[in-house]
This record gives sequence, C-alpha cells and structure tokens, in this order.
Amino acid sequence: MSAERGLLSQTDRLRRRVRVPFVIGQVVVFAGLLVAGLGPFLWLLKAAISPTQDSIRKPLAVFPSGEVQWQNLATAWQQGHVGYYLGNTAIIAAGTALGSLIVCTTAGYVLSVLRPRWGSVLSAAILVTLFVPHIVSLVPLYLTVLKLPVVHTNLTNTFWAVWLPPAASAFNVLIVKRFFDSIPREYFEAARIDGAGSLRVFTALVLPLSRPILGVVLLLSIISSWKDYLWPLLVLTNPDLQPISVALPKIAKVTELNIQLAGLFLALLIPVALFLVFQRAFLRGVGLSGGIKA
Amino acid sequence: MVFALPVLLVFLLFSWGPIVKGLVMSLQQTNLVDPVKWVGLENFRYVLADPAVGQATVNTVWFTLLALLFGFPLPVLLAMFLSELRGRSWAYTTLAYLPVITPPVVAILLWRFFYDPSPNGMFNGILGVFGLGPFPWLDSPHSAMPSIVLEATWAGAGNAVIIYLAALTSVRTDLYEAAELDGAGIVRRVWHVMLPHLRGVLLLMLLLQVIGTMQLFTEPLLFTGGGPQNSTLTILLLIYNYAFVNGDYGAATALSVLLAVALAVLSAGFQLATRRWSTE
Repeated sequence: MSAERGLLSQTDRLRRRVRVPFVIGQVVVFAGLLVAGLGPFLWLLKAAISPTQDSIRKPLAVFPSGEVQWQNLATAWQQGHVGYYLGNTAIIAAGTALGSLIVCTTAGYVLSVLRPRWGSVLSAAILVTLFVPHIVSLVPLYLTVLKLPVVHTNLTNTFWAVWLPPAASAFNVLIVKRFFDSIPREYFEAARIDGAGSLRVFTALVLPLSRPILGVVLLLSIISSWKDYLWPLLVLTNPDLQPISVALPKIAKVTELNIQLAGLFLALLIPVALFLVFQRAFLRGVGLSGGIKA
Repeated sequence: MVFALPVLLVFLLFSWGPIVKGLVMSLQQTNLVDPVKWVGLENFRYVLADPAVGQATVNTVWFTLLALLFGFPLPVLLAMFLSELRGRSWAYTTLAYLPVITPPVVAILLWRFFYDPSPNGMFNGILGVFGLGPFPWLDSPHSAMPSIVLEATWAGAGNAVIIYLAALTSVRTDLYEAAELDGAGIVRRVWHVMLPHLRGVLLLMLLLQVIGTMQLFTEPLLFTGGGPQNSTLTILLLIYNYAFVNGDYGAATALSVLLAVALAVLSAGFQLATRRWSTE
C-alpha cells in the first residue's frame, strides 16, 4: 500500500494536527469551488426562468416575485433563434472535428508508421508552427480564406472557412503521432506478411487501436470550436451561417434580459453536458496537452 | 504517399502559407482595392508612431502582470491540495473545470451582468452585505482592466489546475517517504520534493500564460470595446481595428509581427534565464 501515499503519509493522516486542518481545508476548498464553478451555472438556470425584474432588482434572491417563467426558454429557442444558431454551431463543430481527425490520423500514420525519408523534415516543419504565435497569421489567414491561393475561391460565408484552418493543428498531429508510436511495430509487420496494404493497415489496425486518443482529439476540437469567437466573427458575416457565440452578443443587444439569459443558459447547456458525460477522457486530454508542451 | 496529402495541403494553406505571407505583408501596403505596393519598413514606422500602440502596449503588459498576480499562484496551490485528496477528488476537478468549459462569449455576457455598477448589481449586492462598494467595475478606467482580469482568471484557472495535477501524479512517492524518514515535516516536503518536481511545468506555464495573455482579445472587445478612455485597449484589439475596421492590413500585420517578435525574444530570454533551474 505504500505506493498509494502522496505527500502525506498514512500516519500523517491519522494525526490530529494534520487531519483537522486538512478536513477544514477540504470543506473550504469544496465550498469555494461550488460557488465559483457551479454557482454561475445555477444562477443562470434560475435567471433563465425568472422575470427580468427579478434578476435586475434582486439578483441574489430565488424567485422573489414568486413567478417562474418556463416560457423564456422556448421564446429564446424560437424567437431568439437560439435553436437555429446552436444547429449552426453543431455543424461547425462536427466539420471541424472531422477535418482535424482526417488530418491528424493520416499525418500521424505517415510520420509514425510509414516513416518516409522526408518524414523528419515534415515533422520539424509541423513542430515549428507550435512556436509561432497565432497572431502573426490572423490577418494573412483571413486574406487566404478570402481568396484561396491557386484556385482563387472565396471561402468566407461557407463552412469551409471554419472547418479547414483549425485542422492545421500541430498539437493534434503530435499527440496522435505519439500515440501511434506506442503501438508495437510487430503488429504492422504481421499485417504486412498477411498481405495487408498501407490503406488496410491504417483502417483495420491503426485506427481501431487508437480509439482512445481519437476520442480525446474529437472532444478537444469540438469544445474549442464551440468556444471560438473571433474567427467565425471574421469569416462568417452572413447571419444565417453564424454560430451561437457570434449570434449571442447581437441577440443580447435587441432582446429583453430574461430572454437573453435564457439564451445564454441554452448555449452553455450543451458543452457542460458533453463535458459531464465525457469528463474522464476530457481531463486526460488536457493533462496530455500539459505533458506534450513540457 | 496519399496519406501525407491532407496534412501537407492544410498546413501549406492555413499554417505555413499565412506565416510567410504575414512577414511579407508587413512590408507592403494593401487594402484589397488598390494594387499591392512595396513600402519596406513604412508600416512599422507608422505603427510605432501611433500613440494608440503605446497605450495598448501599456494596457496589455498591465493585464499580463495582473493576470500573473491573480491567476498564477491560485491553480498551483489548488492542484497541490487536490493531489492529496483520496476518493472524491473528481468532484473537485470537475467543479474547477466547469468555467473552462463555459464558452467565453457566454461567460462574458454573464459577467457583464454580474458587474452591474448599481448597488443592486450581483457583485455589488454581495459586497454590500459586508458594507463594501458599490464599485463601478467596468465603468471606470481604473477598475475596468482588473475586472477583466478577474473574469479571465476564473475562466482559465481550471485548465492550469488539471495540468499541474497531471504533473503531480508523476512524483515518485519514495521521495516523500525518504524525506519523511529524514524527519522532514509537511511544509519541508512541499518545499523540497513537490515544488522542485513541478519546477519545469511551472516555468513552462508561466511562459505560456504570458504569451496567452498578451493576445487578449474577446474579453476587452465584448466587455468594454476597449474603453472607458481606452483603458482596456489591447494590442490584439488594435490589430483587429487596424485590419477589420480601417482596412489597413499592412499596419495590422506589422503590429502582429512586432508582437510576435517581442514574444519570441521574451520566450528565448526566459528559456536562457531559467535553463539552469528547469534541468535539475
């Protein structure tokens, strides 16, 4: 059991002078986290179904006027078009995730399994982009999307403009490559001897084996695309295509507070639900990201 | 080599291409209407002479310093504490991570409401119970930036906590045991075992946080639009204004390049200065 210990040993934990402050600390920290983490969410839930005046006059009271307006949520969904914008957001997130997956799995396969002679050059070229702040390429990236080189297509106001650029993520490529590196080489040799080609090794061996890391990439890219604001604001100027993050500030300007808060609540619900369901894969992905940066 | 096509295409078009293009564009004058003109360092001269750039630099550095002061120690302490929990620690980490999941736009619109400067406002109401306030929060040039820092810290702390926690799981527990046998108390074990183990991650997170906060954009745009009296105008907001409000893409990229160079010099200097500490 000695492997189970951390900074505090079993004897420490039994000692009164350690145990009492430690328990008090747990209560204090947990209360703090409840207020900071869950508090805003619960308050938003309450405000979403309250009359505007309740939220403005007595934001801390629970239904001071005794009225509960469930219809706020429906109003925000329909008249505020929150449902429609959430649909756009889902399309954007799904396309982004798919694009990222295609790029990082094929790239990981080339760099980790096929290992062509120029693989190290490609690897280095991808790694270098991690060290260039995004800001250098914001404006030129916008101009690129405005007029794609060679083919001269304008991607703005198409979903391609938000699907493709995030796929060029050095971070995703590197964590997937790292995972592929850990698959025993004997598997590939055995498959080759059985007559499997590159494509078959990829689809029948590498992809099924790497489901956990693909789940991590999928989740991280869905959530980051869900959170994105600046890029869709720039490239999706047509309101019919905009995601909820771009639409909300505009909705906020023209709707009454209770409907606005109901809209915020609906926009928050899906990422929170996703996170709670896939919590373990998620936190592992973040931990991984710290590992790879270090 | 069909498999290399997606990564090559996507990186050429959306990563390597724009980086090179950005460097070139900073030396050109272009507004998408007139033909592109080569102007050399003119954009840089223009940007450096703009008083707004000085103001934005001061604001951005101020934000970064405040963010480090509020936002850096808290996740470290929290992670060190959480790593000692047995059993229910997932409840703590989940709670700590909820703000990170919140889309920034949702968080900002919500906090803008919390920052209502009237005595009935959410935060002023709470502080009023203790006889404090009411504070003007976002409405005063003095408190607008600290208010933004407070929200940004809330939004970002969970991420750092998870990364520190992951780092702490790899501490060799026999080191704690050895220290304990040598008579080291809890405080000395934190100081001589736990913190040294975190040193590499701490230094890296410090650098990443500085780089991240220097690129602050969404918060000032949606909270204050850069005001009041330009007190929350950040460099990235200014770049956005140059490019997408004034249509001066050359000036925008010149300022981007300057910021990127500043960040690169900063990280190189930081790496050099801390090399001795980070490799034990």
